[in-house]
Amino acid sequence: MALLQIKGLTHQFGGLVAVDDFNLELGENETVGLIGPNGAGKTTVFNLVCGLYKPTRGAVSFNGVSLLGRRPHQITSLGIGRTFQNIRLWNELSVLDNLRIAHFSQIQYGILDAFFFTRSLREDELSVTREARELLKLFDLEGYEGELPRNLPYGLQRRVEICRALVMKPRLLLLDEPAAGMNPGEITGLMDLVRWVRDQFKVTVWIIEHQMRVIMGICDRIKVIDFGRTIAEGTPERIRNDPRVIEAYLGEEVA
Amino acid sequence: MKRYNMLLVYSAFFLITVVPSWLGLYTQYIQFVLTLIGINIVLTISLNLINGYMGEFSVGHAAFMGVGAYVASLITVRLFADSNFFGAPLLSPGLAVIGFPLALVIGGIAAALFSLLVAIPSFRTRGDYLAIITLAVNFIFKSVIENINAIGGPRGFMGMGRVTSAMEDVIQLPWVMVWAFILVVVTITVVRNFVSSTLGKGIIAIREDEIASELMTVDTRRLKVITFMLGCGLAGAAGGLHGHALSFISPSGYFILQSTIMLVMVYLGGMGSISGSVISAIGFTILLELLRPLKLFRWVAIPLLLILLMLFRPTGIMGNRELADIFPRLRKYFTSAEEIIADGSATN
Repeated sequence: MALLQIKGLTHQFGGLVAVDDFNLELGENETVGLIGPNGAGKTTVFNLVCGLYKPTRGAVSFNGVSLLGRRPHQITSLGIGRTFQNIRLWNELSVLDNLRIAHFSQIQYGILDAFFFTRSLREDELSVTREARELLKLFDLEGYEGELPRNLPYGLQRRVEICRALVMKPRLLLLDEPAAGMNPGEITGLMDLVRWVRDQFKVTVWIIEHQMRVIMGICDRIKVIDFGRTIAEGTPERIRNDPRVIEAYLGEEVA
Repeated sequence: MKRYNMLLVYSAFFLITVVPSWLGLYTQYIQFVLTLIGINIVLTISLNLINGYMGEFSVGHAAFMGVGAYVASLITVRLFADSNFFGAPLLSPGLAVIGFPLALVIGGIAAALFSLLVAIPSFRTRGDYLAIITLAVNFIFKSVIENINAIGGPRGFMGMGRVTSAMEDVIQLPWVMVWAFILVVVTITVVRNFVSSTLGKGIIAIREDEIASELMTVDTRRLKVITFMLGCGLAGAAGGLHGHALSFISPSGYFILQSTIMLVMVYLGGMGSISGSVISAIGFTILLELLRPLKLFRWVAIPLLLILLMLFRPTGIMGNRELADIFPRLRKYFTSAEEIIADGSATN
């Protein structure tokens, strides 16, 4: 059974069809790319999957469970981690707190425990902190736990954001343009990081990216959309030579 | 040992406020101001939780304070005092010693439940809705109370003085001040614990980026409602004390002016700082009293102060820092909740 199954997903903003009949199946441990020109509706697809927008039509199911009608935090708690096009770390909270708060759905204690700092809260908090620290260590970020994210260099912020997205123990990781604003050296590092994350955490990676090097280098399959419609789908090799993709990216060939 | 130092600080404050009042070393006026300081500390922290930590904007906090004031006062006067409104008390006035704190709790719960009515519609979406809705609620509260003649309508409600003297007849203590002191300690402890826990820190995450919070599994709607209810509930309990400290309440006392005073105290102290709230509540209450000779011009001087504050220190006295951030040496003497969570080393 597919991990994520999207059937006929359509979304309209007023009269504009942002996503039109989008179909996709993601299997376990795959890396799939989603590309397309600016404004093609890529991020909208992610937002529809995460429940930030309600689709006009279509069905989305994760691990056999329908995601329609669920609120975003319920959807991500099922095991979907996500990063953002413009890094969205909580800048006034330390790196450690950023990871701790992402444990929100895993917290066992109740609101009264939080008011009175009970024993069960302490035990739970200790294990949350321990887990967060272990994850930071895996990501070579242990020296930065007390820093505010906004004080970190851009590449590290991306790293922290991916790290935070893994806190809820996702089986699917959505990466929205992780290489945006990176230099060639950083991009190589990012590609290694994504491959490592996929293998280390056994996640399916679904990635939106403009950097063809990243897409061609790490994806098993690629889906190309333009004006909300799917124009091509297949292996990197096929996509690279697909005339419709070249047209969408470079414009129509002059006859 | 470290964890008892906070207790020492509270004891020291108890020794310079409640004990001398009990011994009769302070005049009635000073006792009243001390009680008012306690009430204002609770109000400022409770509003700071909503406006500072959570980053929402409530401008009608006085409505919730007023609900608490009316509910608690109606209960104590009905049960323990001979009044023009209800006639003979239902219970022996001496029982007020026990009934008074219970009435405060019920006042707080009533305010929290009332706030739920506001929270449910306004937290469905993000934006400035809360500001507009709380403003509207403040107007509704005033109009509703003004139209209930059975509790005095616009003329206000009184009789709480008899309740406090009934308590003093049982045991000679400045009761309202004692409970104000206890409420201050409870408020500081609960709010500090809450915003140090991973659960409560979710509200800071909401302030920083609500969409990211929701997608990082934070149940933002529920958390916002809970936080709003906590803030309003504390304000309600403080309102109950306020009614008994003044021994007179009226709908206009819990209107825009009172809401604004609380906002000023929050901004003066610093958004998202508990120690800032305490410092500013103390300072501002004393300043208000010192400016009394100015009469009407007091309300020229105070807004002017607010303008100057925004011009020269827009983050307030403390910004979003706590005393221990400014004087790191304090950390040697006080355990922060943070430490217990992060290391586990300070649990004993």
